Amino acid sequence: MSRFLFNRLLGMIVVLFLVCLFTFVVFFVLSPDPAVQICGKNCTPEAIDQIRENLGLDQPFWTQFWTFITALFTGRTYGTGANAVECAAPCLGYSFQTSQPVADMILQRLPVSATIAIGAAVLWLLAGVAGGLISAVREGRFADRFIAGLTLTGMSVPNYVLALALQFLLVVTLGWLPFPQAVPFGDDPVRWFANFLMPWTVLAIGSAAVYTRLTRANVIESLQENYVRTARAKGLRPGLVWRRHALRPALTPIVTIFGMDFANLLGGALITETVFGLNGIGKLAADSITKNDQPVIMGVTLLAAFLVVVGAMVVDLLYTAIDPRVRVGSVK
Amino acid sequence: MTFTPTELEVEGAAGGETAGHPAPASPPAQRRRLARAFLRDRTAVACSAYILLVILMALAAPLLVKLSGWGPYEFDQSAVDPNLGGLPLGWGGGMGAEHWFGVEPGNGRDIFARIVYGARVSMTIALAATVLTSVLGVVFGLIAGYFGGRVDMLISRVMEFLMAFPALIFMIAVLSALPADNRQFLLVVVISVFGWPYLARIVRGQTMSLKEREFVESARASGASSLQIIFKEILPNLASTIIVMTTLAVPGYVGTEAGLSFLGVGVVPPTPSWGQMIASSVPWYAVDPAYFLIPGTFLFLLVLSFTVLGDRIKKLVESGEGRA
Amino acid sequence: MSTATETAAAGPLLRVRDLTVGFQTAQGPVEVVRSLDFDLPRGGALGIVGESGSGKSMTSLAVMGLLPKGATRTGSIEFAGTELTALRERAMREVRGNRIAMIFQDPLSSLNPYYTVGTQIAEAYRSHRRGVTRRQARTVAIAAMERVRIRDAARRVDHYPHQFSGGMRQRVMIAMMLSMEPELIIADEPTTALDVTVQAQILDLLAEIRADTGAGLILITHDLAVVSEVTDHIVVMREGALVEQGPVERIFTDPQEPYTRMLLDAVPRIDDEIGLLRTTAPAAWEER
Repeated sequence: MSRFLFNRLLGMIVVLFLVCLFTFVVFFVLSPDPAVQICGKNCTPEAIDQIRENLGLDQPFWTQFWTFITALFTGRTYGTGANAVECAAPCLGYSFQTSQPVADMILQRLPVSATIAIGAAVLWLLAGVAGGLISAVREGRFADRFIAGLTLTGMSVPNYVLALALQFLLVVTLGWLPFPQAVPFGDDPVRWFANFLMPWTVLAIGSAAVYTRLTRANVIESLQENYVRTARAKGLRPGLVWRRHALRPALTPIVTIFGMDFANLLGGALITETVFGLNGIGKLAADSITKNDQPVIMGVTLLAAFLVVVGAMVVDLLYTAIDPRVRVGSVK
Repeated sequence: MTFTPTELEVEGAAGGETAGHPAPASPPAQRRRLARAFLRDRTAVACSAYILLVILMALAAPLLVKLSGWGPYEFDQSAVDPNLGGLPLGWGGGMGAEHWFGVEPGNGRDIFARIVYGARVSMTIALAATVLTSVLGVVFGLIAGYFGGRVDMLISRVMEFLMAFPALIFMIAVLSALPADNRQFLLVVVISVFGWPYLARIVRGQTMSLKEREFVESARASGASSLQIIFKEILPNLASTIIVMTTLAVPGYVGTEAGLSFLGVGVVPPTPSWGQMIASSVPWYAVDPAYFLIPGTFLFLLVLSFTVLGDRIKKLVESGEGRA
Repeated sequence: MSTATETAAAGPLLRVRDLTVGFQTAQGPVEVVRSLDFDLPRGGALGIVGESGSGKSMTSLAVMGLLPKGATRTGSIEFAGTELTALRERAMREVRGNRIAMIFQDPLSSLNPYYTVGTQIAEAYRSHRRGVTRRQARTVAIAAMERVRIRDAARRVDHYPHQFSGGMRQRVMIAMMLSMEPELIIADEPTTALDVTVQAQILDLLAEIRADTGAGLILITHDLAVVSEVTDHIVVMREGALVEQGPVERIFTDPQEPYTRMLLDAVPRIDDEIGLLRTTAPAAWEER
């Protein structure tokens, strides 16, 4: 078991390292010279050189990369003397455009992204599993086909179109909801809910559709399993047959997929946040791309990858906890 | 579109690569039967009809534009009201005999023309991405599944890496940093690079189970080379899976291109793209909803058609195999 | 003694008359079991033999009321005096697993991989008996496992199905059934998925249990060798219909129907001449 853990951990580190490297290379090659950007309008060649030296941009590629990696663990100081800038560990980079460490910027935006992610996740899990269950129980009947139609629609509508349509309908025309703003929960729970409802819905619809289909397929499949037949042959109550023998096996893959999806989402729901103007990590990424704030883009990319990789590992661990076949060794 | 799992990933993750897939085996007679069953399915036919319509629109764009009278890059200031900030005159964003779908606020460009040319962009990129992804996915999946060992390990690691990558952010960043020429080509490449692992994963799984089957063994025994086995024995049996997966992936590509254009890193203006039109419509949606509804509807229907079509094909294939 | 109990005590354990099971398919209605008649005397052992698709499994599912959705069942199934086809689902549930128990062919897929063996054995017991605590049920489960000779039962009761070998798993299935002390055991191809040596052990176990509890047994199989060892009476089925039935000795030594003879001939014997394999060709038999 611990060997398995160790291997996964190792794999995780390798993947993260490669993501770092890959991203670094791409930005290194593609980005316009950051020194020029930072220098600003009234630039002199000496000033540029000075900046480049401060930032370590005159170093060879591998040195820069190595500095970046070590900075993740130990922090880093840009420049010397009076203009030196501290970037505490973990240093994901420093945004010179906004004079903040990237990590701080991300942390500021985290609550909003987390709120969006968690709310949407709860919504889509509930809707997905419930919808899937109903479809499976009423397989082939009207409810099943109706829900199937809904899921196909939900999967197909692009979120920005839906976001605009919802806003047009609910905010502009009917006035039922306000324009979404990031209202902290503490201030006014009702307003908080009303504000996040649309972003949650837009984000949840696609996943709810997928999860409904997944749950339905899994439940139908598990109902065909021989052990359900055994359970029935033992004369067990239908409730017990459902809970233990049909549902429990069916939900396992869903839990694991959910782990991955949620991890993905925490990295920022870029489009949804942008459309609704909510200052989450996704919007930070979008804005930074527009402004070409390279360190921020790097930092956000790394964070998102990190979350996904960690999510994958958590999911694997969860799987060993849930599925006895994986947890314990097989036949002696 | 934060890369919520598409059917591809869901199928792949749900219970192993081969679970929930038709067991590979498809002699020609069965294919004919499937084709006939397909034609009898009204929904599938309807979806195909819409897709064909869009393709026709795309192909016949110059002709259609001649008929409607306005090109996609022409400005018609007479159709907008300068006193209202450029709001189109008339109902539905200026719909009428002159401009069949109305005009864009501000610059007065004909929406019909831009929709029709936008179809070109959507279909070209989606189909090109599909082809590229399929080729990459099938080839790598076959190689990894058939040869196993180190080759498989290497390819699987690459796949994992690509799937772990926050693709959307990366795509946006890369595309925004690159110069604007060959943008459509770049879009296809970028989408494909992040898209092929999902297909490859499925193909790999099925190849691994197929290679243990007797017909492969007998082919090997009669002296066929690995390459021959892969292409003559294994690949035909994967045909139905590949078709299903590919059809289900297309809506994702259409959506991705539209999403990227929406975010401003897709096709470069003034080339029209449905996603980019929707992006431009954001400041106007309250007063001119037609401007986002029209491209939005076209986009939605296209994605829906591909999704439903893929779903139908999958059902057909699975029930066909089941009966056999 | 009232008439009902008289009949129950005197009559056969299971009496099946005119049992017909049908399905609606795309090609039209299909009957998988056609007007089947047979009796199982108390404490008797009946073998139902036939090739794949002969309807033998469907027969057992019909008796248990576990036919798949869309199946129709007509005819009479009388179990110890009670007409099963007339029972409501709730009443049928009380019979299932309790008075009639069934074991299936593939023990691995017939056991839920997510729960321990002990839980699955105790399930039936707790379901059918009122007010049983978990501890009591666990004791029953351990006892059942010991009865089927699973060693170290007290520890292995907490193991999962995949931790047992094929033969052991089938013993677990038998243990599940045993804890309820059924009057009738239906075994559908119980040894087909097992090694030959393990087969013998399982069959011996079944015979032992029958001897101990006096339960009736219906053994469904395509394997004539198995049937000859365990049962007293054989029913031969083909394409849903009864071909021939009779005592084991008589069927083996003096089969009346050509189909029966063909099945028997398919069983290799040590003194067989190596001749042609006779396949399904009734016409060829006319000359015999």
